[in-house]
Amino acid sequence: MTKKIKNLNLNFGPQHPAAHGVLRLILELDGEVVEKADPHIGLLHRGTEKLIENKTYMQAVPYFDRLDYVAPMNQEHAFAIAVEKILKIDVPIRAQYIRVIFCEIGRILSHILNVTTQALDVGALTPSLWGFEERETLMTFYERASGSRLHANYFRAGGVHQDLPKGLEEDIAKFCETFPKIINDLESLLTDNRIFKQRNVDIGLVTKEDALDYSFSGVMLRGSGVPWDLRKSQPYDCYESLDFKIPVGKNGDCYDRYLCRIEEMKESVSIIKQCLSKMEKGPIKSLDGKISPPPKAEIKQSMEALIHHFKLFTEGYRVPKDEIYTAVEAPKGEFGVYLISDGSSKPYKCKIRAPGFSHLQSMDYLIKGHMLADVPAVLGSLDIVFGEVDR
Amino acid sequence: MKNLENLEKKINSELTTKINNTEIKHNQIYIETDKEDIIDVAIFLKTNQDTKFRQLIDITVVDYPEQNQRFEVVYLFLSHEFNQRLIVKYLIAENEVIPSLTSIFPSANWMEREVFDMYGVSFKDHPDLRRILTDYGFEGHPLRKDFPLTGHSEVRYSEDQKKVISEPVKLEQNYRNFDYESPWEGTKYIKEEIESNDKKN
Repeated sequence: MTKKIKNLNLNFGPQHPAAHGVLRLILELDGEVVEKADPHIGLLHRGTEKLIENKTYMQAVPYFDRLDYVAPMNQEHAFAIAVEKILKIDVPIRAQYIRVIFCEIGRILSHILNVTTQALDVGALTPSLWGFEERETLMTFYERASGSRLHANYFRAGGVHQDLPKGLEEDIAKFCETFPKIINDLESLLTDNRIFKQRNVDIGLVTKEDALDYSFSGVMLRGSGVPWDLRKSQPYDCYESLDFKIPVGKNGDCYDRYLCRIEEMKESVSIIKQCLSKMEKGPIKSLDGKISPPPKAEIKQSMEALIHHFKLFTEGYRVPKDEIYTAVEAPKGEFGVYLISDGSSKPYKCKIRAPGFSHLQSMDYLIKGHMLADVPAVLGSLDIVFGEVDR
Repeated sequence: MKNLENLEKKINSELTTKINNTEIKHNQIYIETDKEDIIDVAIFLKTNQDTKFRQLIDITVVDYPEQNQRFEVVYLFLSHEFNQRLIVKYLIAENEVIPSLTSIFPSANWMEREVFDMYGVSFKDHPDLRRILTDYGFEGHPLRKDFPLTGHSEVRYSEDQKKVISEPVKLEQNYRNFDYESPWEGTKYIKEEIESNDKKN
């Protein structure tokens, strides 16, 4: 007697904690081996690009916070740089340092979340408890600078919204002294951990060639041994004047990507330290009254300032007809903005290039032939956040 | 090639008639080509030893409803080796089908699905052209300029039918789009005053 064996179709998510958000992954299983994976995305689609086309340039900034909501300011940075390049305005040096500090804080925020939840997915609970305490501290820094823990809306074309409050620089410096110890603690839990290694080493292998073909960027590319980081290769703001290293993986598996993230956090701490020591007092946004709103005190005295303020917050500033693609090294990879302006105060088109989109696309390639239990491990090391994938 | 001008010359001399126009702007090369030539251009850019644009960063479309050739298809390329970015564009009319790049760049798959979903542009030889970001059973193409911001339909759970139903959008207040544009130019004196103050300090 012969028995017919049929492949099993399994719905992974959209309500699965290891799906890191609203991912519906349809898996075709042969026993416990995954034959095919078909990710269904778009459950968090909010039409960000359409909304941005209908808002002024200043009103568009908050939408960028809501893309990759674990590292909001890195996205704002890409948009701010795109607008600055079209307007051809300079950013005061203090503003550049502030922006870099908060981008690196964003990187640490994102990497802590990713490393610890990946550990959680493969069975370790403690790292996330330790890591989240540090994230809380970092988000307090966000709050003190911008007024909110997550959706900062802090970067502007031409600088940042307001100067750092008193004492914040010192507190960030203190954090930079204590944080490396926390990274070491996390490492002592994971790096040589037998279970963690069994679950991650040689899982989700990506070769150099495939990493390029699948448009990988960020840690996904560096983990496979391609030394490419936009902060070094196409430096923006003051990254050129800073001294930092780019960690590169060897094997391109989940474990190498984890190691890259850990090393990047250490580099981020050193970048923040350098910025703090180099920073001097000075203006924090462009002095062009047509682009930056005037200080509050001036509005009370100067008619001109009042008019500027009114016009900036109703019509907004106009951006000359042009098109540009700018990209920044967000924690997850190359985050780009393709901006087309038509001379009015609203963008004609703003295409957002999210790194997670191309990473998730390769899910089928990555997971084919792996066991079902490896799905969360691979998914975790892709570092997916659905805010940016679905836009 | 590391030098932008040389790279532009190289591309022009190798692809000659396939290129309609090239331009250097913002440290990037902008190339205009035709629908028929995009495959050849992409293969050349990817494989040639002097270009090596190994990565397709993104594909998108810009909608100009008032033009005869309504859509402008845009491809963004990146060369790690020479640290260059390049943008390739061509115009198409509304119901034109364009060639897919999936055989050259596997990552084009989802990008083309997104373009199909958002603008309704179809691709020839695409292995799996389905909607990607919008809901199952969605109608229309949201990023077209003639698609309203509020959309056409909304969903809710119906207590009577015990299921999620789709209805035409009903708004308490219509979306208001104020026209603030005016010929305002402003003055420069505040900027100058602040600068002179800074110098004094």
